[in-house]
Amino acid sequence: MVPSKETESMFHTEQQVGQYYTIPSAQLKKAFPNGLPRRFQMQIKTFNEACVMVRQPGLELISYLKRADYAKPALRYILFGEVGCGKTMSLCHTLHFCSTQGWLVLHVPDAHLWVKNCKELLPSSSRPTRLDQPIEASQWLKNFKITNEHFLSKQIKTTRRYIWTKRESTEEGRPLGEMVDHGMSRVKSSSDVVGALLRELRLQAGGATEDAFRLAVAVDGVNALWGKTSLKKEDKSPVSPDDLTLIHNLKKMLRNDWCGGAILTTLSQTGSLFKPRSAYLPTELLGEEGFDNMDPFVPIPVSNYSDKEFESCYLYYMDRNWLQHPHSRTEEGRKELLFLSSRNPSILERLCSFL
Amino acid sequence: MAASSRSVFSSCLNYTRSFSLTSTRTSRQFTRQICVSSRVQVNKAARGPEKFSIEYIRKHAEEFEVGKRRLANMMGEDPETFTQQDVDRSIEYLFPSGLFEKKARPVMKHPELIFPKQTAAQWDKDGRPFHFLFYTGTPSFYSIMHDTFGKVLAIEKHQDQMRSKGALPQDSKQISLGGSRWLLKEELEEVLVENISDQDYSRFLQLMDKLLSLPFCALEEEFVQRFRKQLEIQSTKQEIPDVHCDENGRSYSQAQGRRKTATASVTLRDCGSGRVAVNGKDCLLYFPILQDREQIMFPLHFAGMLGRFDVQAHVEGGGRSAQAGALRLAIARALLSFVSTPAEVETIRQAGLLTADPRIKERQKPGQAGARKKYTWKKR
Repeated sequence: MVPSKETESMFHTEQQVGQYYTIPSAQLKKAFPNGLPRRFQMQIKTFNEACVMVRQPGLELISYLKRADYAKPALRYILFGEVGCGKTMSLCHTLHFCSTQGWLVLHVPDAHLWVKNCKELLPSSSRPTRLDQPIEASQWLKNFKITNEHFLSKQIKTTRRYIWTKRESTEEGRPLGEMVDHGMSRVKSSSDVVGALLRELRLQAGGATEDAFRLAVAVDGVNALWGKTSLKKEDKSPVSPDDLTLIHNLKKMLRNDWCGGAILTTLSQTGSLFKPRSAYLPTELLGEEGFDNMDPFVPIPVSNYSDKEFESCYLYYMDRNWLQHPHSRTEEGRKELLFLSSRNPSILERLCSFL
Repeated sequence: MAASSRSVFSSCLNYTRSFSLTSTRTSRQFTRQICVSSRVQVNKAARGPEKFSIEYIRKHAEEFEVGKRRLANMMGEDPETFTQQDVDRSIEYLFPSGLFEKKARPVMKHPELIFPKQTAAQWDKDGRPFHFLFYTGTPSFYSIMHDTFGKVLAIEKHQDQMRSKGALPQDSKQISLGGSRWLLKEELEEVLVENISDQDYSRFLQLMDKLLSLPFCALEEEFVQRFRKQLEIQSTKQEIPDVHCDENGRSYSQAQGRRKTATASVTLRDCGSGRVAVNGKDCLLYFPILQDREQIMFPLHFAGMLGRFDVQAHVEGGGRSAQAGALRLAIARALLSFVSTPAEVETIRQAGLLTADPRIKERQKPGQAGARKKYTWKKR
């Protein structure tokens, strides 16, 4: 089946499983300033277009979102599967759908980045026991602003007064964009800004007013929130995730005590700390504490390519002249690729790529 | 009775050649030599190499036959159908040896196999040699060269006759040399029962090639074939595992393979989809490295049967690469039962898929840090 570059319309159905659709570049920069997997970003740069395959897990998630009742508390969805199956890509597919439907997208591209390799850890200004991560927080605020520009500038207002330091504060009723700008400029208090932002969005999502918006909280690598960190305090004692402001506020966000949105998460073993490579089930990666916190959730398994999807991917690469070797264009070569990649999307991509 | 049976056995069992002489000496000792006089000191080096005459060998051959029957009676088996294999088995049972060198263990074989072949007397009672080429030192070899050259001259003469009659040389048939090779130098020495030098051997081969280059060499085919050894097709010796049928009707075959310290046993099921499960896990999870998966893929890819089989494998021991190599060998062996023609089996064998890799870790030597690595060399 030839992978036709389908229309950008988000009305995808079951018949289009295996086919590719293009995300226009304008929407791409806006929706995913940092959200796509790195190798996919390289592929976009090479092919000069962002073609995403329509797959069963993504369609399932979109259909749930379409049918959910947003007056009730937010539903939690967890995408899980083996390493390299396409969980992050399915999440991005769903987020693109959300952003075209006009939702407010709160996308944490990789929660693991917040629990490891942090250059600066400041003690929090508001609470003495917690630790701040100014660089990560300001980076995230920047991306958030790019994604949700139009929401921030006009619609949403703060509900109370926030005092950041002795001299700086944000008044009640100011647009949220101002708060975000403050967070980006005053890096020291950016983590607190993030916390306040999340609180505001939680309170105001799904209201009954005419400018109500739906909130999509998307966290990739949610098992980082309940695992261990590789960070250490100054006295070399290990830091638990709860000690970090960002993680703490995000965990509050993931509780289903607010209405008018959905929580889409992915488990990820690749960036996880102290977890074996063969672990992919929610119980293994989330641990007891995480599972109890996330329970109840809707699990959506992501598997390797089916025969049809593999064929589609192979034809797409051939179409783009990505498979240079003449042997790879033959039937024999296709069988070789099938065997060696064992139908895993990321392995197939690595096999077909440059050396 | 006991003494005589012991003497028969002691003469039939030969640990080394010298022992046969000592055994006869011990048998003499059993006849109760009372005074041990000082014997004449025998200069063994001056005697030259030991000569075993034809009567000596014949006598020992008779003793061997008698001893074989006795052994069969001892083991409770039928003396008429007691083969050499049974003899070896019985000796191994009766004389268990812990020696590593197989040639040093007790052996009971026909004297012709044990004693080296020696030529009969080469001169008559007056001292005149029988063979006209005796004074060359290697009469058999030179007589063969002489015969061959005689045949070359005869063929050339025949060729001249045919040319004079008008028959073209191209009509004659050629000797088929495929599937055979010349005898090696060692084999030729064995046939001629004398030592040849390397130069002699190369001259022999040159003369044979000259004979074969003549058009009418088919006349001497029988003479030439005496010096050629037929090569068996190696693939006929290959054991092909059986094909069974399980309860679903799918045919499957099983095989084992080894590499370094890893052993693998594989079940290959037909009508599959190309999935590979190793120790219960998917091939991709068990072998994250591409090289290992390529090794496993190679036999199936070479035979062109990639998507046809489901592979179930169990592998233990060794490292990552050794396990992959063991799996490859096992899969190749199991594949043979699904391969249709012997020619395909031969191609698979020539690809090197059926040869077990004999390389193992080399032992560390005393005085060195590793197998090859030496300690730091100090000049003084």
